[in-house]
Amino acid sequence: MPDTHSQTAQPTIQFSDVSLTLGGRKILEKLDLAIPQGQVTAIMGPSGAGKTTLLRLITGQLKPDTGRVLVNGTAVNELSPKALNSYRKQLGVLLQNGALFTDLTCFDNVALPLREHTNLPESLIKNIVLLKLHTVGLRGAAHLYPRELSGGMNRRVAMARAMAMDPQLMLYDEPFAGLDPISMGISLRLIRQVNEALGMTSIVVTHDVHEVRQLAHQACIIANGHVIAFAPPETLQEDPEPLVQQFMQGLPDGPVAFHYPGPSLEADFLDGDQH
Amino acid sequence: MIKPLQEMGKAVVFLGQAISRMRLTSLQFGETLRQIYYAGARSLVIIVTCGFFVGLVLTLQTYDTLTRFGAADAASTVLALSLFRELGPVLTAILFAGRAGTSITAEIGLMRATEQLDALDLMAIDPMERIVQPRLIAGLIAVPALVIIFNMMALLGGVFFAVFVMGNDPMSFWGNMQNSVELGRDFLHGLGKSIGFGFLAAWLAVYFGWSAKATSEGVALATTQTVIATAISVLVLDFVLSAFML
Amino acid sequence: MKSSNQIEITAGIFLALAIAALIFLALQATDRGVVSGGSYEISASFTNIGGLKPKAVVSLGGVSIGTVERIELDPISFEAKVFMQISNDYADLPEDTSASILTAGILGDQYVGLEPGGSPIVLEDGDQVLLTNSAMVLEQLITKYLLSGDAQE
Ligand SMILES: Nc1ncnc2c1ncn2[C@@H]1O[C@H](COP(=O)(O)OP(=O)(O)OP(=O)(O)O)[C@@H](O)[C@H]1O
Ligand SMILES: [Mg+2]
Repeated sequence: MPDTHSQTAQPTIQFSDVSLTLGGRKILEKLDLAIPQGQVTAIMGPSGAGKTTLLRLITGQLKPDTGRVLVNGTAVNELSPKALNSYRKQLGVLLQNGALFTDLTCFDNVALPLREHTNLPESLIKNIVLLKLHTVGLRGAAHLYPRELSGGMNRRVAMARAMAMDPQLMLYDEPFAGLDPISMGISLRLIRQVNEALGMTSIVVTHDVHEVRQLAHQACIIANGHVIAFAPPETLQEDPEPLVQQFMQGLPDGPVAFHYPGPSLEADFLDGDQH
Repeated sequence: MIKPLQEMGKAVVFLGQAISRMRLTSLQFGETLRQIYYAGARSLVIIVTCGFFVGLVLTLQTYDTLTRFGAADAASTVLALSLFRELGPVLTAILFAGRAGTSITAEIGLMRATEQLDALDLMAIDPMERIVQPRLIAGLIAVPALVIIFNMMALLGGVFFAVFVMGNDPMSFWGNMQNSVELGRDFLHGLGKSIGFGFLAAWLAVYFGWSAKATSEGVALATTQTVIATAISVLVLDFVLSAFML
Repeated sequence: MKSSNQIEITAGIFLALAIAALIFLALQATDRGVVSGGSYEISASFTNIGGLKPKAVVSLGGVSIGTVERIELDPISFEAKVFMQISNDYADLPEDTSASILTAGILGDQYVGLEPGGSPIVLEDGDQVLLTNSAMVLEQLITKYLLSGDAQE
């Protein structure tokens, strides 16, 4: 007998047994992860852990070597190009650097998906676009080109563009990097509000341990190709797992290697005269 | 030897994709016109100046040579024939590669590097449709247009030299030309060539941008490759087309 | 940055410019003389046409009035029959006009030179010029000269 709680917690996105090798390096190894619907899930992990890679698997830009990525029950990695396109229309993605079109104004950037995928009259599009820009606080910058805005503003415009089509699933790749505390607070609340207002599922990649507490219903930490923790952010602090403790407290040494794998220190420095 | 062949294969596959995804309903007329402006209208200055000076120097040289054989009358014919059949299309295509091809490559390469192409993909907007096709079609139109303007300017350069420097009669200059230049065999064949060159130049420019590594060196390398590959393949195609047409 | 309207207008102007240049070149720089005003055809038979080729000039008094259209060999008389297109501007050539195959300069191209007669009757489309002089072939001239020189000695 399903109650409301377990219904909202049913997984939208499910990684089962996903492995991926890029450039000869194993990025993900037999990863299992279930992300519930209608909630904000934070994905954390050290730099290079494969967070962006995880998002690219969800968008279908990458295909896993083994395993399946299920979104609402369909395997993204098995979609035909055409089906992939219609799947992506329900997807809002904020790329790590914003990726605004530099030859279009902010207004046209946000309007692009609307003009492309809907037959709405231009007057209505104008209203929608200005509304979206207003929510990120940049309605006044509508006529400006991306290069006339700061990096943080660019990212906010990109956020407005990602939300333009009111998608069911929003993916944010580090939405807070480069934002000042005020815009960060606004963006944070915005992500949460949009999520609740539209009943969408949101996945936010971030490094910021403290913001996650205000933002996410649950947080997932990946390191060394595995999910090492998946829990509400409040309980993560108390997780006894040494990997999690290292990450939450920001310690350089521990189970997660700060250094990119390579020859040992001795090999590089002591035998330096051989080169 | 393997690598250029592989690259050629990839370029052909890319072109196949671009063309097979072309649908009449989705042709971007406005964007194509914009690209004609960027690739064509903005190349006018270089085409006009180069055309004029090529005409000038070509007439100078042919006058000098032909006078020795008592055939100075034929100078205008030599000028027109070499322009229409070879120099106009070939030089314009190579200038186009340097002026417009490089910027197309750099633009698309930077779009790749700054993930703009990914962003289009993620919005379910086909970058082939939005970015590649308008530029291909624009090249196809802009290069023949530039060739015509180049030829026109070169003839004016020739007339300028013949009339003002050599003191010839302009009517005899045009008259001799008219008598021996044929519309179909010389003029239209040259135009046909230039359409082929335009397509080639636009194709290579778009391809190298598209396949550029997403780094600054990648884009720089792709730009260089565009110029080299266009110059070589235009000359090869020129030989092939000439052999077929004559 | 230009507004998109300006860009589209400039692109339009550019294309219009190219089309204007195209029309100018097609009309002004290519062979239209004979074609534009209409023409009529006459023919002439020669025992030897030397190096005459189609498209060669037909001239009268040094002025170009037409071109050689095609050259055929008569299978019975074994004479070369040259068909020429003459511009309608020169429609009143007398019937007793003569045709010769001449050479421009000593090594130049060969062309057909017409010499008008005095007859009041004019040549019509399809008529044949009856008075002809064949090409002077350099080798024949030399041989002839050498032989006659031998005979004198
Ligand atoms: N195309 C590729 N070819 C080879 N290796 C790649 C490629 N893309 C990513 N990688 C590797 O995959 C690993 C994970 O990359 P990813 O971009 O997912 O990291 P991330 O967790 O998003 O890091 P950050 O927080 O710094 O953005 C990195 O070590 C990177 O070197
Ligand atoms: Mg990343």
